[in-house]
Amino acid sequence: MMPFKIVILWTDAILFLLIGIVVAFCFYARARPHMSQPWRYVIHSKQGMAALVFLAFFLVVGVLDSLHFRPRLSGTDETQRATFAVQTLSALDVVATPLRTRTEKTYSAPLATHLFAKETVELPGGGQARVFPRLAFGGAHLADPHADWSTDVFRTAIVGFGGGVIVWTILAFLVTGVVANTSGRGVVQTWRAIWRDQEAVPWRVILISAAALIVVLAPMLALCVKYHVLGTDKVGQDVFYLSLKSIRTGLVIAILATLVMLPFALVLGIMAGYFRGWIDDVIQYVYTTLNSIPHVLLIAAAVLMMQAYMGTHPELFDTVEQRQDLRLLFLCLILGVTNWTGLCRLLRGETLKLRELEYVQAARAFGVSNTSILTRHILPNVMHIVLITVVMDFSGLVLAEAVLSYVGVGVDPTMISFGNMINAARLEMAREPMVWWSLASAFVFMLLMVLSANLFADAVRDAFDPRIARPVKRDGAAMVVVKS
Amino acid sequence: MTAYLVRRVLYAIPILLGVNLITFALFFAINSPEDMARLALGGKRVTAEAVEKWKSDKGYDKPYFYDAEASGFARITDTIFFTKSARMFVFDFGAADDGRDIAGEMRARIGPSLAIALPTFVVGIACYITFALLLAFFRATYVDISGVVACVVAMSISGLFYIIAGQYLISKLWHLVPISGFSGGFGALKFIVLPVAIGIVGGVGASTRWYRTIFLEEINKDYVRTARARGLAESRILFRHVLKNAMIPILTGVVVVIPTLFLGSLIMESFFSIPGLGSYTIDAINDQDYGIVRSMVFLGSFLYIVGLILTDISYTLADPRVRLQ
Repeated sequence: MMPFKIVILWTDAILFLLIGIVVAFCFYARARPHMSQPWRYVIHSKQGMAALVFLAFFLVVGVLDSLHFRPRLSGTDETQRATFAVQTLSALDVVATPLRTRTEKTYSAPLATHLFAKETVELPGGGQARVFPRLAFGGAHLADPHADWSTDVFRTAIVGFGGGVIVWTILAFLVTGVVANTSGRGVVQTWRAIWRDQEAVPWRVILISAAALIVVLAPMLALCVKYHVLGTDKVGQDVFYLSLKSIRTGLVIAILATLVMLPFALVLGIMAGYFRGWIDDVIQYVYTTLNSIPHVLLIAAAVLMMQAYMGTHPELFDTVEQRQDLRLLFLCLILGVTNWTGLCRLLRGETLKLRELEYVQAARAFGVSNTSILTRHILPNVMHIVLITVVMDFSGLVLAEAVLSYVGVGVDPTMISFGNMINAARLEMAREPMVWWSLASAFVFMLLMVLSANLFADAVRDAFDPRIARPVKRDGAAMVVVKS
Repeated sequence: MTAYLVRRVLYAIPILLGVNLITFALFFAINSPEDMARLALGGKRVTAEAVEKWKSDKGYDKPYFYDAEASGFARITDTIFFTKSARMFVFDFGAADDGRDIAGEMRARIGPSLAIALPTFVVGIACYITFALLLAFFRATYVDISGVVACVVAMSISGLFYIIAGQYLISKLWHLVPISGFSGGFGALKFIVLPVAIGIVGGVGASTRWYRTIFLEEINKDYVRTARARGLAESRILFRHVLKNAMIPILTGVVVVIPTLFLGSLIMESFFSIPGLGSYTIDAINDQDYGIVRSMVFLGSFLYIVGLILTDISYTLADPRVRLQ
């Protein structure tokens, strides 16, 4: 009997489907030079690959957090009908079990051994005193925290750092081995080429970015077993755990909202540009109308209504996670509905241009049907616009989640997300001294995610945008060509 | 041009009607008035009489679009759509849940909202264009490259961070201006400075980068090369020729920014507790006062359409070749 029951939430299913599509596209495009050529530019771009290393980290965390299941309740007899916990867990929760389960009473500072607030405790000899009590888990192994704390933290961090160095060395060795194997040169020779940055793929930048990531993460991972490395929040939950969990929420919103937007923008934009006439009028009317409603208000109105609907229909979901997930899915839907107008307008303009070109006219003269012209001639030639818009929108959507959750129309208030973290921490601003770690962690994680998404998006745009690619070739890329 | 403007204004009517239909569908089709009544009164054990009373108090006890039982005009006017949505065309928004007139409340709140949004907008654009011109002037040097890097980092930071950091540093640590609040007259100045400054800083990354792209696109054109060949100073080319010719794409984009100004002030006003339209909306969202949200949606769309018409007029002012017909 399985020790757990797999739960596939709506957003999980869509996320995995999307990853499958992307992987399938990679294999499809590999064999077609005209499709893989721009991607080669991306792979050869230093900025793009450095950003991709960080994005990959976020993606791995997000995917781990999307493998959901409900554990079998312990103590259930094997012969009886299995009962499963109400709580849905993810693979990340299992990996981070110590972080998830070891909650304190309330706030504690990063790496602290004592609570942030004073409490009245009974003294052993009778009487009471106001002291900062010891944490239940953070630094609980220390006999005398005041004397041992700094050496223990330092030692643990060094051990973590050492582990990180080992991991990085293995990684570097693997990379060198693979590159040497494909190029047919010796390992030492390949390593020298990588280190002097003479490879076409900027392996040196990739390894340095990985080193930067590992140097920060490894000591944190080592410390988080014994301490709350980023402190705890109001109800004593580990902030590092909350930050890791928030990654999936941000990723899902950014990816799913784009996915919802694409069919609207593609179908309507191309149809408006290609058929013109009354179809164009109707589609233009629809997107002007949608665009004229301020997006926050449209989202607010829709989310309010959905809240009311879910309030009157509790039969739609079994667990809290399913409610959160349904709300997340709906938020993505409404974000997609408000976001498609921009891309639609771009595609309409481009299609208006394309339909007058000779090859489209020729196809029409040969009697090729409209559907074939649209799918075989127009669609492939507007894909670069779609791709650029998709990657450029990604970071904006991650940031939008925080703002919307603050306004109260974002994800479910019980869901762990950057917006909810900021919202909860904001209320403690007036506290003296300030509780800064929750805010800082949410902002730093969000900054890293958005910044790497932005840098990667720039690399993709440089590779795909015909307007931008040319000047770059003249100034910057000429040097790259000489070097490689 | 008059004929064009009249046509544009007439074209606005179906759009506003569409906006009305969308909000109407959102607010009444997803949840029936019964559901809303049960939710507002709380719980499942609500008597049918209480629901009916709530509905008739709010005016939700009518048919949606068409009242077959009434006679004459009342067949259309005595419906939820007409009394709740169509009335907004004459800016009659009805009363909020607390009984106050929404339109009057809006008139009182538009002043504080503009006091924040207008300076942010005007000063902001002036700053961004100046920065972008500087970057374009120093293009392909380290000034330009580090400027662009700074822009990308700045636009990757959440807007909420700028607000929280600004409030903490300037108001809490340095005590330069009050953390939040508002007052009438010149006393408002000390409350306005911080939100305006934060609003400008928050937009600096994305906007500067965008304007820089526009200027660089313009700089690569033939007439600039001609001007340079004739020996004009680079600064003169930038400020006299490039800036003027970049006006059309800038104007198009500025109007795109106007509706998003709304979003900015929504957050800004709630953080700085400014009694403007943004905080009004946030309060309405938190109190689930659907009448106010509906009215704000209508007002927002109306302003957006006005913005679109103004853009067209501004084209003719910026570029004498543009004729509106």
